[in-house]
Amino acid sequence: MAFRTRLRRDGALLLMTLPAVVLLAVFAYVPMLGNVIAWQDYSPYTGFLNSPFVGWWNFERVFTNPLFLDAVVNTLIISAFQIVLFFPVPIALALLLHSVLSPAVRTTIQSIVYLPHFFSWVIVVTIFQQIFGGAGYVAGRLREAGSAGFDLMTDPDTFYLLITAQVVWKDAGWGIIIFLAALSTVNPNLYEAAVVDGANRWRRMWHVTLPALRPVIVLLLILRLGDSLTVGFEQLILQRNAVGVGVSEVLDTFVYHQGVINGDWAFAAAAGLVKGIVSLVLVLAANRVAHVFGEAGVYQRAER
Amino acid sequence: MSSGKRGCISVLSASAYRKFVRGGNRPVWEEDPNPAGLAVKALVLVAIVAAVLFPLYTIVLTSLSSQADVTRAGGLVTVPGTLSLAAYEQILSGGIVTRATLVSIGVTAVGTVLSTVVSILAAYGMSRPGSLWHRPILFVFLVTMFFGAGMIPTYLLVSNLGLIDSYWSLILPTAVSAFNVLILRSFFMGIDREILDAARVDGANDWLVLGRIVLPMSKAAIAVVALFYGVGYWNAFFNAMLYINDNAKWPLQLVLRSYVLQGVTLPGSGTGQVDVDDGAVTGLPVKMAVLVLAVIPVLLVYPFVQRHFTKGVILGAIKG
Repeated sequence: MAFRTRLRRDGALLLMTLPAVVLLAVFAYVPMLGNVIAWQDYSPYTGFLNSPFVGWWNFERVFTNPLFLDAVVNTLIISAFQIVLFFPVPIALALLLHSVLSPAVRTTIQSIVYLPHFFSWVIVVTIFQQIFGGAGYVAGRLREAGSAGFDLMTDPDTFYLLITAQVVWKDAGWGIIIFLAALSTVNPNLYEAAVVDGANRWRRMWHVTLPALRPVIVLLLILRLGDSLTVGFEQLILQRNAVGVGVSEVLDTFVYHQGVINGDWAFAAAAGLVKGIVSLVLVLAANRVAHVFGEAGVYQRAER
Repeated sequence: MSSGKRGCISVLSASAYRKFVRGGNRPVWEEDPNPAGLAVKALVLVAIVAAVLFPLYTIVLTSLSSQADVTRAGGLVTVPGTLSLAAYEQILSGGIVTRATLVSIGVTAVGTVLSTVVSILAAYGMSRPGSLWHRPILFVFLVTMFFGAGMIPTYLLVSNLGLIDSYWSLILPTAVSAFNVLILRSFFMGIDREILDAARVDGANDWLVLGRIVLPMSKAAIAVVALFYGVGYWNAFFNAMLYINDNAKWPLQLVLRSYVLQGVTLPGSGTGQVDVDDGAVTGLPVKMAVLVLAVIPVLLVYPFVQRHFTKGVILGAIKG
């Protein structure tokens, strides 16, 4: 079909995408170009047009900065905690809920456990502070029982468990939604056939239910691995002062403090760019691995 | 059906018992449930539900309690004492919390409408297979899901656009979420093409097809996406922390962070820690009232939208 004909036919559609494309162009793509300051001796007063280029100097500073390396280590530790301790929770919860047969009970519990996902991190952290903090509920009960000094919010030793618990409280319930959807697509005849073949509950779960979940699990695991360098920025910036920088500084909070607070814009931009590019590589690599294992991965989801 | 293993029970009561334990929803091929297993399962489910609801209960109760009750309980109140709305009257009688609530409502309302409309248009614009340039445009959206520009350049852009201390800085940078656009797009693509083609043959252009046919058929998906955007705007605090220096323009979440989480006394807020002789509520009840205020809109909207989750989100997330 001739280009003019197609343009006349689809012109309205193009016009419709325009507002969103403009917003993305300005607020997503222009900043991508703005990363050019990572190669400059940038000052807000001279702007990125007039600031001198300094090659890889900012990146050298990033990679030789001990605080940056600490932030990388903390980020990876927190990611590891969450993959081991958070990731399986929604799966287990979905299997548990799926085994509840009464639709009324099931939907009620679903509505309740989805709810915390819609609370802000300020609210979630405040709730945890009121319950597990030094002046909180648990500390109060312990004081009555004669034990003082309980304060999880400022204890660096248990901090990673604390923030993982916060993520579980906030998002584990919401996380089941995608697994429940996958479970609802399983053909019930498979279970019946398995029973006829003598499979008990656990064998049915192993041979019918879990294989049905496998593509979803792999997909989410890929996304999570690709996101290894992104760990709850809002969650951590809220608790940074209480627990100290030593355990709570992650890449995003590092970028924020070096740039916005300390004003070392080019250095912070370089650190942020390193994080963005490594994250991109991680997602692409994880997806490649998924393809090797014969799973659909992420792209089909996007490019259908 | 398998025969009961409980030989000692008479036939009649055994069948009644089995009907009772099996309930009405158990498929015929499934075994009888094990009573101990059922009990454990019920216990776990109750514990999970309690873990979500107990904090909310004690926080709401504390916000309605007097300082005396709080002192007696040594913190959060779990047993109702004398209930009053004094804390709410105090924070809503002008001052920074009242102002912040209005800011949050305004930003959320404007932002949600803008984002939802823009996303619906974009999603429909990319939903017809084979339309001009729809793949490159889709790619523009997809890239933003895999590579973010980063906080520093975004901050410098907002700053250079003169949006510091402007409410638009809380809306425009996050106005379009590619994920939400894709949810809508996959929902629109699931609509029967023949209906849309028939309308087009009858002379309807794309604007009419979108407004008269696609929108009415997509209420569930649109409700879910609007909720995502709305909750996003309502809950956001970091954008405000970056872009809003004037604390008279702070949204509620930022006030909550400073006043409740960090214990900063806000000037001119009427929420200081200073005790007033006439029994005015201060301290914890007021703090918890601010917290409840920040949760209420979510609790109000959530029940109406959550029944669409399975219909809207799941289709989008899995097929999309």
